[in-house]
Amino acid sequence: MAFNILVCAKQVPDTNVIKINPKTGTLIRDGVASILNNDDANALEEALRIKDKYDDVVVTVASMGPPQAQDMLMECIAMGADNTVLISDRAVGGSDTQATSNALVATIKKAEKEMGKPFDLVFAGRQAIDGDTAQVGPQVAEKLDIPQVTYVEELTLNDAMDECTVKRNMEDGYEIIKVKTPCMLTAIKELNTPRYMTVKGIFTAKEKDMKVWSAADVEVDLETVGLEASPTNVFRSFTPAPKGKGVMLSGNTDKEVVTQLLVSLKDKHII
Amino acid sequence: MELKLSIEQEILKRTVSKFAAEQLRPIASEVDEEHQFPYESLETMKKMGLMGLPFDCAIGGSGADYLSFAVVVEELAKECATTASIYATHIVRCCYPIVKYGTDKQKESLLRKLFSGEYLGAFGMTEPNAGTDFKSQLTTATLDGDSWVLNGAKFFVTNAGFADVYIIIAITDKEKLIKGGISAFIVKNTDEGFSIGTSENKIGRCGCPTAEIVLQNCRIPKNRLLGNLGDGANIAKDIAEFGRIAVAAQAVGIAQKAFDMTVSYMKERKQFGKKISQFQALQFEIAEIITNIEAARLLMYKAAYLKDVGRHYSREASMAKLFGAKTAVSTTNAAVRLHGGYGYMKDYHVERLMRDAKLTEIDEGSLELQKMIISTSVIGK
Repeated sequence: MAFNILVCAKQVPDTNVIKINPKTGTLIRDGVASILNNDDANALEEALRIKDKYDDVVVTVASMGPPQAQDMLMECIAMGADNTVLISDRAVGGSDTQATSNALVATIKKAEKEMGKPFDLVFAGRQAIDGDTAQVGPQVAEKLDIPQVTYVEELTLNDAMDECTVKRNMEDGYEIIKVKTPCMLTAIKELNTPRYMTVKGIFTAKEKDMKVWSAADVEVDLETVGLEASPTNVFRSFTPAPKGKGVMLSGNTDKEVVTQLLVSLKDKHII
Repeated sequence: MELKLSIEQEILKRTVSKFAAEQLRPIASEVDEEHQFPYESLETMKKMGLMGLPFDCAIGGSGADYLSFAVVVEELAKECATTASIYATHIVRCCYPIVKYGTDKQKESLLRKLFSGEYLGAFGMTEPNAGTDFKSQLTTATLDGDSWVLNGAKFFVTNAGFADVYIIIAITDKEKLIKGGISAFIVKNTDEGFSIGTSENKIGRCGCPTAEIVLQNCRIPKNRLLGNLGDGANIAKDIAEFGRIAVAAQAVGIAQKAFDMTVSYMKERKQFGKKISQFQALQFEIAEIITNIEAARLLMYKAAYLKDVGRHYSREASMAKLFGAKTAVSTTNAAVRLHGGYGYMKDYHVERLMRDAKLTEIDEGSLELQKMIISTSVIGK
């Protein structure tokens, strides 16, 4: 039986060109191309590497968004995903992370029902470059009731495909964790370099199985999705003032460097 | 009419643009300065399926179209004209004629390897005394039993020495010449009597090999004739027409890159207390340049579109090449000038674009030839 991998992905504005309106604090999306979120591309790449390595692996990508999110899902197919599901419905518009994970979990469960078995492995990107919350992946794992490892920078799946050895990136080091499948892993950019799409993948994407489901299709409780079901309120968003350029101290001995540091701190009346 | 790329073409453009920025931009100067063949970039292009881009999936291609090919060439040329030249030559001058004129057996033995990039393609027609006037060429092919024996030399062959498969134009009947006396052949680098001569030292696109190929009693099997006997002139004309779309795409890419770099520079460079982008005289020049680039791109798109829908596009391809080349040369000249002294320095890269642009005036027929084709379409012969 196939080993089924699910990748959660989001369509986001291209951050290379995105700007923030200084008056409203919101993203200026006009004329900005929408792309597959960076960390999600790493998540998909890792799923595709498993597909390259083992026989009979099926990679499904799930997303929530407006109908044009299909363009991003076409990119996922063009990279090598087998099929996609998109939940797109006015009823889920304005969802925060809590409501989004409810909608996604309903979508995943519907996909599992159609497959006749649960997904064997679930990936998500660490966070989306537009919202930056890093909450949806972990929430999905909780609601699917599967273990999760976040900030994955290295992954080895054993040959029995029932256990992952994961290197989890921490601010001050790393953890090595063993986890049984099914589980949720959230990818960071250090995990891999996503492949480029192939021309054939792009031009045959529309022939692939790309489902679009409504809220009714996935049988989600409408009380749990959308703006009304979202406890998060954004009071204000702003661009933090850029930090000044740091100063690098150098010297022949540690003592020399520390002396320079002390002189500099005294100069600024910090000590 | 709907004047926009399809979603597939948009995604392809974005992907190739990303590849070019990540993998070609960092190496373009070195490729040019050190005359390096960009092996690694081509490896990635093979994996992306670019080497068989506009051809049917049924014969091993990637299933896109000619407009998509033009879009890809433009994106490659923005970052590295060397790579764009190597690539366009492979598709236009080798894969395309085999797809269109090849026998089933020829297609079977060559196309999958060409499309996967295992084989690189090239084309030899030009000779020292035969450029646009290709009936003046001296290379001959004579039938000897079950073989064709080719003798002569071809000049300015792009990809020479690095290509595996060469389409060679040769005289098969001296009396008939362009009236059925010229034929096309498929020659492999491993064929007896095939060798590479002198390499050229060009002013631009220096990573792209250009050399002489020498055919000295080069013996190839009889079934390597491409198309019918005497079809060579028509095949060469067909290749040149398609090639003009590729040259126009290179011109647009080079011009766009020079323009983008110039605008960024003008927004930063301050003189007399303000950014030079704030001087109206220069703003007007920018307006003229971008209008020309947009017009050149639309002409190029139109020619490619006509080719895709199977209509005559000879005139439009000539217009796209004529206007594109003029735009690329004038834009890159302006880019160097608007960069001031920095523009004259190699570190600022716009000088490379100026050198690369110059070839678009020459490649696939002189500008005068394009004018002859266009005027003939209006006035008649």
